[in-house]
Amino acid sequence: MTWFASPEDAAARLAEAGYLPDDATATSAYLAGALGKPLLVEGPAGVGKTELAKAVARAHGAELVRLQCYEGLDEARALYEWNYRKQLLRIQAGADAESWTEAHDSIFSEEFLLTRPLLTAIRRTEPTVLLVDEIDKTDVEVEGLLLEVLSDFAVTVPELGTITAVRRPYVVLTSNASRDLSEAVRRRCLFLHLEHPTPEREREIVASHVPDAEEALVRRVVEVVGRLRGLELRKAPSIAETVDWVRTLVALGAGELTDETADRTLGVVLKHASDLDRAARELARA
Amino acid sequence: MALLDRHLGLVGALRDAGVPVALSEDLDALAAVRLVDWDRRETLRETYAATLLKRAGHRPVLDALFDLWFPPRVGAGAEPAPTADDGDAVEDLRQRVAGAITGDAVEPGGTGGTEGGGSGGSGEGGGAGGLDALAVEAVGRLGRLSGRAPGLSTWSAYTTLRRLGDLPEGPGPDAARRAAAFRRAVESEALRRVAEQKGPERLAASAVRAPVDRIAFTAAGTADLAAIRREIAPLARRLAARLARDHTARGRRGTLDVRRTVRASMATGGVPMSPVLRPRRERRTDLVVLCDVSGSVAHFARFTLLLVVALREQFRGVRAFAFVDDVVEVTDRLRPGGDVGEVLADLLEAGRGADRSGRTDYGRALRRFADEHADALGPRSTLLVLGDARSNYADPGLPALRRLVAGARRAWWLNPEPVRHWDTGDSVAARYAEVVAMAECRDLDQLARFVRDHL
Repeated sequence: MTWFASPEDAAARLAEAGYLPDDATATSAYLAGALGKPLLVEGPAGVGKTELAKAVARAHGAELVRLQCYEGLDEARALYEWNYRKQLLRIQAGADAESWTEAHDSIFSEEFLLTRPLLTAIRRTEPTVLLVDEIDKTDVEVEGLLLEVLSDFAVTVPELGTITAVRRPYVVLTSNASRDLSEAVRRRCLFLHLEHPTPEREREIVASHVPDAEEALVRRVVEVVGRLRGLELRKAPSIAETVDWVRTLVALGAGELTDETADRTLGVVLKHASDLDRAARELARA
Repeated sequence: MALLDRHLGLVGALRDAGVPVALSEDLDALAAVRLVDWDRRETLRETYAATLLKRAGHRPVLDALFDLWFPPRVGAGAEPAPTADDGDAVEDLRQRVAGAITGDAVEPGGTGGTEGGGSGGSGEGGGAGGLDALAVEAVGRLGRLSGRAPGLSTWSAYTTLRRLGDLPEGPGPDAARRAAAFRRAVESEALRRVAEQKGPERLAASAVRAPVDRIAFTAAGTADLAAIRREIAPLARRLAARLARDHTARGRRGTLDVRRTVRASMATGGVPMSPVLRPRRERRTDLVVLCDVSGSVAHFARFTLLLVVALREQFRGVRAFAFVDDVVEVTDRLRPGGDVGEVLADLLEAGRGADRSGRTDYGRALRRFADEHADALGPRSTLLVLGDARSNYADPGLPALRRLVAGARRAWWLNPEPVRHWDTGDSVAARYAEVVAMAECRDLDQLARFVRDHL
């Protein structure tokens, strides 16, 4: 199937799904579908990397299969696993006269296979978006495993044979760049670097999420958040936090961002004590 | 120039600029380019970015080269030929530029005869197209430098901006941003015209700025230093992840990991055939950093210190000493989690205490360190000396250094000068290198590689 007809189509349909992409995002999203290649999205936390995958799924009514990566993730959690307990039960419940081949054939059948996200995504016949989240958190071994899956969209289960994708899933990998990914993974992917959005785009995003916020308030909050991002903070405010801040202010009934309201609600955007100190000083100076 | 040639030229220039483009990526890009419309330049740019690049740091390189190989317009564009260059015309142009920057200009309607006009692409909204058109006009009118012979004239962004005079920077951050955008537009327009005359190949090498991790510490300007500073934290994070992994000795005997053992036993019907052991952490090292904080070496020393501090969890302990001709301990200035700017200022302040005559004296500094702080070094410590080994022709103090090296488990000297400058002038790098392993450490890239491989 075709995912998007053109970059403009991608932009329009993602916007409909509640995600406002810039040129780079729309073009990459279109190409990932058209070329059938995985899309590697890199960038700081909270710029909408994961959200992009979700939006693609929403835009097409496709199912999102998510593989959340963490340190220690292994094949059994990512790909598939045999249901050992059930197999044991099956052997114990088997008739005494059952031959070895019969038992073997029956315990290594579909019934005893536990599919994990990667295999699930490959076997689905409906449109699927496979999201491999925070791939930089895994060990190098998992990267190797992904290479095999992502280049051929096939998984070999020794007892069952090779399972090839009937319909290629739309694959999105996200990374915070906390570890350098191997060149081999990078080479197989299209690359998209997401940065914090321009003030104009961020205003649109906030407005679309909090429709009842006043324009002046949104403008002011986005401007302050932009300034905060310019400071060397331990954790720069994300888009989601900007939205949260506007929501908080609207909920408090604050029509505008004064020094006092900013002081009281700054905790919504900054989560480190040292960042709060730094920001408070900076905002007081301005 | 055929389109395929342009494509190949771009790919070749990217490779020359140090961006690795594999053949498969090259082919991907060609496949992708056939899928998109050619009438929107920004789409084409993003298509190349998505397929050819694999790292965010390479993006500026692509942007610069893309502008050379796929210029937004040719010749003077659709602009009217530069007319009389008298004061009135220049003044009129200045008014219009100022208006566009402050934002109270009339939106330039259909004047944007340029192909990218209106949609801007850089996400600047409506004003960008107008600014671009103004930049083109400004360069066309004011940027020409006459050459030595007819037809040899060239274009200069600097001249354009100088003849245009001061641009308004306010009010508000939006106006400042538009002013910066206008300057960038003037620069790229001038570069484009030059590239058209000379061919993109001739300009490729000079148009591309070195990526942050390749800027030499000793030659960095103010903007470069800020960029390097911003790069320290992410670099430290990557290195920490790497070091944490490497410091975990694989396969070494540790305690039994019950959960994993039971899990593995499932495959053998519940009989634990192969016990799984927790990996044991390697013993971590103490780090003692002795850094020259004089003159241009100071930047290098401070960045290295920042990096070391950001990585302190990977070491058992970090102590830092600054010297010029005397030694002071600056460990307490390196607060974890502190603001980078303040830490740097603090270090500068602390370094003053190490400066008596204002002239670097390695011999004296090493002797003082060996006398007063030798207890900082132990059988588990790694000694790092940071400096250019230029001792103003004074006694290098080799015996003191030898004593220090003997007292530490390992010792390294990081020299921010390129190897070819070692032993020129008053540098005594080679004599120190006989006593302690010396490594060239010109930029972040080399620094990161050293930390990864040797600490």
